[in-house]
Amino acid sequence: MANGTVALEEKSFYEESTNKYSGILSWLLTTDHKRIGLLYLVTICAFFIVGVILGILMRLELIAPGPTIMEAQTYNTLFTLHGVIMIFLFIIPGLPAIFGNFFLPLQIGAKDVAFPRLNLLSWYIYVIGAILVLISLFLPGGPIDTGWTFYIPYSVRSTTNVSLAIFAAFVLGFSSILTGLNFITTVHRMRAPGMGWFRMPLFIWSIYSTAWIQIIATPVIGITILLVIMERAFGVGIFDPALGGDPILYQHLFWIYSHPAVYIMVLPAMGVVSEIIPTFARRTIFGYKAIAFSSLAIAFVGYLVWAHHMFTSGISDTARWIFSLLTFIVALPSGVKVFNWVATMYKGSIDPKPPFLWVMSFIVLFSIGGLTGLVLGSLATDIHLHDTYFVVAHFHYVMFGGTGTIFFGALFYWFPKMFGKMYSIKWANISVALFFIAFNMLYFPKFIMGYMGMPRRYFDYLPEFTNLQVISTVGSWLMGITMIIIFANLIYSVKKGKKSPENPWGGVTLEWHTASPPPLENFHEIPTVTHEPYDFSQLEEMKHESK
Amino acid sequence: MNEDKQNKENHEHITPYSTYVLVWLALIALTSITVTVSGIDFGMVALAIAMLIAAVKSSLVINIFMHIKFDEPIFKVFLMVSLFTLVIIFVLTFFDLVNR
Ligand code: HEM
Repeated sequence: MANGTVALEEKSFYEESTNKYSGILSWLLTTDHKRIGLLYLVTICAFFIVGVILGILMRLELIAPGPTIMEAQTYNTLFTLHGVIMIFLFIIPGLPAIFGNFFLPLQIGAKDVAFPRLNLLSWYIYVIGAILVLISLFLPGGPIDTGWTFYIPYSVRSTTNVSLAIFAAFVLGFSSILTGLNFITTVHRMRAPGMGWFRMPLFIWSIYSTAWIQIIATPVIGITILLVIMERAFGVGIFDPALGGDPILYQHLFWIYSHPAVYIMVLPAMGVVSEIIPTFARRTIFGYKAIAFSSLAIAFVGYLVWAHHMFTSGISDTARWIFSLLTFIVALPSGVKVFNWVATMYKGSIDPKPPFLWVMSFIVLFSIGGLTGLVLGSLATDIHLHDTYFVVAHFHYVMFGGTGTIFFGALFYWFPKMFGKMYSIKWANISVALFFIAFNMLYFPKFIMGYMGMPRRYFDYLPEFTNLQVISTVGSWLMGITMIIIFANLIYSVKKGKKSPENPWGGVTLEWHTASPPPLENFHEIPTVTHEPYDFSQLEEMKHESK
Repeated sequence: MNEDKQNKENHEHITPYSTYVLVWLALIALTSITVTVSGIDFGMVALAIAMLIAAVKSSLVINIFMHIKFDEPIFKVFLMVSLFTLVIIFVLTFFDLVNR
């Protein structure tokens, strides 16, 4: 694909910095997209681990009926914090900020993103937002207890630190918008010569679609949050029913952002899947354009379905059937993708390395998550299942089983490129298998409990749920162990791992045409793109490139 | 992207000060119309009039102060996509509000 990217003996971006500092300052003041990606990796993983610990604590509480390790109010704050951390600090920024930052310029053959300083600024804004969340925990009033959805009227009545915590979400939104802005400009302006729109890797298409959602949808949540803060501080009466406001308006505004946000989470994951499958099936992607356009279609239709979160909130019947219909439509482009991925594997020469196994696990878990979404999208069944564990199971399957799985898939796929080291394949395989078992133990019982009527956000339950609750809790322990194995394997390999070959998986997109880890400005000279993105005939040429 | 096009893109369009002043005056004039009109009872049409004036004002700001008129067409596309999404969101929300 690329001419003139000869890998000489040269310094990697770890050894050369964009500023005159060394040590920690060279990281904190860097404008190199790769280093910024790694800064995000470290901070986001830290919050993810906190979120996982909170989740395991909640599961521990639920091991037996009645209060076991905590009281009701503690449980309320735990699920809120778990939700806020997982959504705003882990899964929304996760893939774009880490892998988008690191690989967008590499995959389009650019030296950096369009606005490197803005890029660093958005990391700082992320950190400030995260610190605000932490401060809100310790101020008098106590940690927020409204659930991550901050529904009115409770979020106006609650005496906990709601205002500060949601202000943190407001700040985090800015980080998201700036990242999106940066990525759109980069894609438009900085593609290497020869890289037309339809030669871009599909990960780029997905990051590009995501960036659009980040820019257009995020301001809505920003304004909504400010209105809630004003409502709490001054009682302006826009949402509070006691003052003549409309609480359903709040739900509309909240979900106008938060539903497209679901696609901010999942689209980049779909992009990563479209990278991993061709590489490990040694076959060009089936239906490139269909996948590219389905990303745009998902981004667009994703805007039109928000009120399916509100079927039981008292919205009009007309709105209900319209939104139900639109919800079914959004399943179509997702289906297009799944069929194309499977068709790509057909007659491929499959090499089941860990990243590929993560993708397999993704396809199963995400399909369960997506299809149960249709159960919730149908009006009649939603009345029964709304606000039960069925919903909790559904969104963990989509977010954790879908995007979370691919978070690890991407990490295991690009790890050799990012660090120049290789992890233990054996332990990686074990962790995928354990993850799959733990995941289903942890969440599948929740589908059944939800169907039986177990409501979400309760710290207690009726004795008949005990068996299923215990299975789920044991699953959470296994999940904890899996996380330890994953992180131990990766951290050990960063420090002591064997040096990885330049192109361990035989990938052909541009990031595999440069050294691992890449040099400061990614390529020796800007590559010229002469092949389709997934044209594996270049593997032969690439062998000569690196010699 | 070819060289010529890139050079052209880098070429800044320079708007004369007189235009800015004219637009500024127009904005002030429109604001005073809005204020005056709000005192007259037009019934249902009042809102439409206010929105119409606001639309004219914002298009002046967007086109001239924000340079959208002189910039590449792609920015117009960006703007239209955002506006279109906003309109759809309004319409869908009103399906709820009007029929509740
Ligand atoms: C080991 C991993 C995890 C465990 C054990 C876990 C467990 C739980 C539990 C027990 C609840 C509360 C259910 C209820 O009472 O309603 C919950 C809620 C939630 N979880 Fe997780 N979870 C995990 C990972 C994740 C991940 C990776 C995400 C997102 C990517 C996530 C997002 C959420 C959200 C958004 C809520 C809803 C909070 C609310 O009701 O406001 N969780 N989780």
